[in-house]
Amino acid sequence: MKNSTLIRHTLTHLFIIALGLIMIYPIVWMIVSSFKPNNMIFSDPGLIPKAVTTDNYISGWKGYAGTTFGTFFINALTICALAIIGNLISCTMAAYAFARLKFTGRGLWFAIMMGTMMLPGHVTLVPRYVMFNTFGWVGSILPLVVPKFLATDAFFVFLLVQFIRSLPKEIEEAAIIDGCGKFGVFLRIVVPLAFPAMVTTALFTFLWTWDDFFNHLLYLTRPDTFTVSRALRTFVGDAGAVNNWGGALAMGTLSIIPAFILFFSLQKYFVQGISTTGLKG
Amino acid sequence: MVNKSGIAKFFRHNTAAYLFLTPWLLGFFVLTLYPMLYSLQLSFTDYDFTQPNSTQWIGLDNYRNMYASVRGETKFTSSTGEEVRVDRYYKKSLEVTFRYVFISVPLKLIVALAVAVLMSQKLRGVSFYRAVYYIPTLLGGSVAIAVLWRKLFEKEGLVNDFLGTLGFADLPSWITNPEYSLYTLILLTVWQFGSSMIIFLAGLKQIPQEYYEAASVDGANKVRQFISITIPLLSPVILFNLIMQIIYAFQSFTQAYIIGGGKGGVLNSTLFYTLHLYIQGWTYHELGYASAMAWILLLIIGGITAVIFISSRWWVSYGTGE
Repeated sequence: MKNSTLIRHTLTHLFIIALGLIMIYPIVWMIVSSFKPNNMIFSDPGLIPKAVTTDNYISGWKGYAGTTFGTFFINALTICALAIIGNLISCTMAAYAFARLKFTGRGLWFAIMMGTMMLPGHVTLVPRYVMFNTFGWVGSILPLVVPKFLATDAFFVFLLVQFIRSLPKEIEEAAIIDGCGKFGVFLRIVVPLAFPAMVTTALFTFLWTWDDFFNHLLYLTRPDTFTVSRALRTFVGDAGAVNNWGGALAMGTLSIIPAFILFFSLQKYFVQGISTTGLKG
Repeated sequence: MVNKSGIAKFFRHNTAAYLFLTPWLLGFFVLTLYPMLYSLQLSFTDYDFTQPNSTQWIGLDNYRNMYASVRGETKFTSSTGEEVRVDRYYKKSLEVTFRYVFISVPLKLIVALAVAVLMSQKLRGVSFYRAVYYIPTLLGGSVAIAVLWRKLFEKEGLVNDFLGTLGFADLPSWITNPEYSLYTLILLTVWQFGSSMIIFLAGLKQIPQEYYEAASVDGANKVRQFISITIPLLSPVILFNLIMQIIYAFQSFTQAYIIGGGKGGVLNSTLFYTLHLYIQGWTYHELGYASAMAWILLLIIGGITAVIFISSRWWVSYGTGE
């Protein structure tokens, strides 16, 4: 009995490892190939390069229309930082109201909020574009950032509501008895206690904003405002042909580094975020 | 009867809550509700934002156009009585999207469930494996991976290289062959089963171990246990994953856009609905038509979600272990 369990476990391990290797092979290949000379990426597709070079990074970094990837990284990081600040403020405020405060119409608003979570963004797409165009915002980062200050990512409101509801009420009640108002309770008690859920919110806001392509394609029209994901598209020609494969793979590799760092340093927040709201992906 | 103190009480009771809700309420009215109504209105016009003053009310023409396309007609009679050319790619975009959604989502969930069951055994290093399996999901939505995918499935790509060493010859370029290109996108989607896997794992942990022990005492084998215990008890989680993934899959855009170089690929074989909507709206400036397309998309997603919800009465059990 013992022996058969051991064999079964070993086989399971081997299977999981083998499948895991196949799964991450494309990504490992991209990283390795980004260090190969451009003409060897396809003639020598193995994982151990015959020659190593950083030429791809130099040629890829030059970017597009005179703007380097340095600017693209700064643009993307700026948008991400503002999106995180916006989501943290607006979503936590809304979540506190839904989770803890009693008010007229709470049930209705909460149902509407949950409904917007499932709403395909395309039904608001054209009017939003027209509206931002009227404001003169198309071509700037405002259409990407301002909605975040208005809690439009209902996923995070829901995540934070779930988390705040799970907190013990007694601390807040004690604070109210001690004369603390609702704003005091929010700032001094709820925000510090909801910190883990706020980290999850910040984390996914970063990843989605970083990887977002559609909105960047719509609203960022000048090359000097491009983000990393928008700029990577410029490696692919209109018919889908790619001229500088080495550069594309090198900049692609750089573009996934932030996600990697966040993933391995904040793993438990990932699991929490995914299992409470089934975050898309 | 509301007296003065009643009003005062009402305000005292609600002011703080509505202050906290202000950003969300603003966002809801300005960025969701108003745009939705406006989009519905636009869908009955030929709105073009480069010439907003020549906008005309064209009734159901945008919808008629789509309907005619689905019926395979080449012309339809507009509200003004003219013969108008039909958007002949609309039907294609529906076909591509439906095929993509109804192949990729079930496959993705089956793989996610299989791997989750495998990992739910008491094995060492599960958290490490879970992390590795999540990496494709972490990165899969990015432009970098879409560019890479093009490379992997080209004629001289890595996949053909590998198949070549196995002895296969005369391999196609999977990306540019209209018969296969959609399947490379389906594979890319299935590859990102990480989120569903983590949700299944959390659900599997909720199933009491005693059920399995009792079943094996009664002589039920593993397959029987899986069918009679795991599937029913996990059915609420399966329902949740199914709905979320379907909603999400219908809206896929980036990967098709990058792999098709901003178009629908060879013979529009990867012309996703959202990609077609984008091309109609932003390449041809047919924003009224794009709005109508968006509303049909909402109806399609809403309809399918409703059907799944209704059907769930027969296959989802909210019994013990919930």
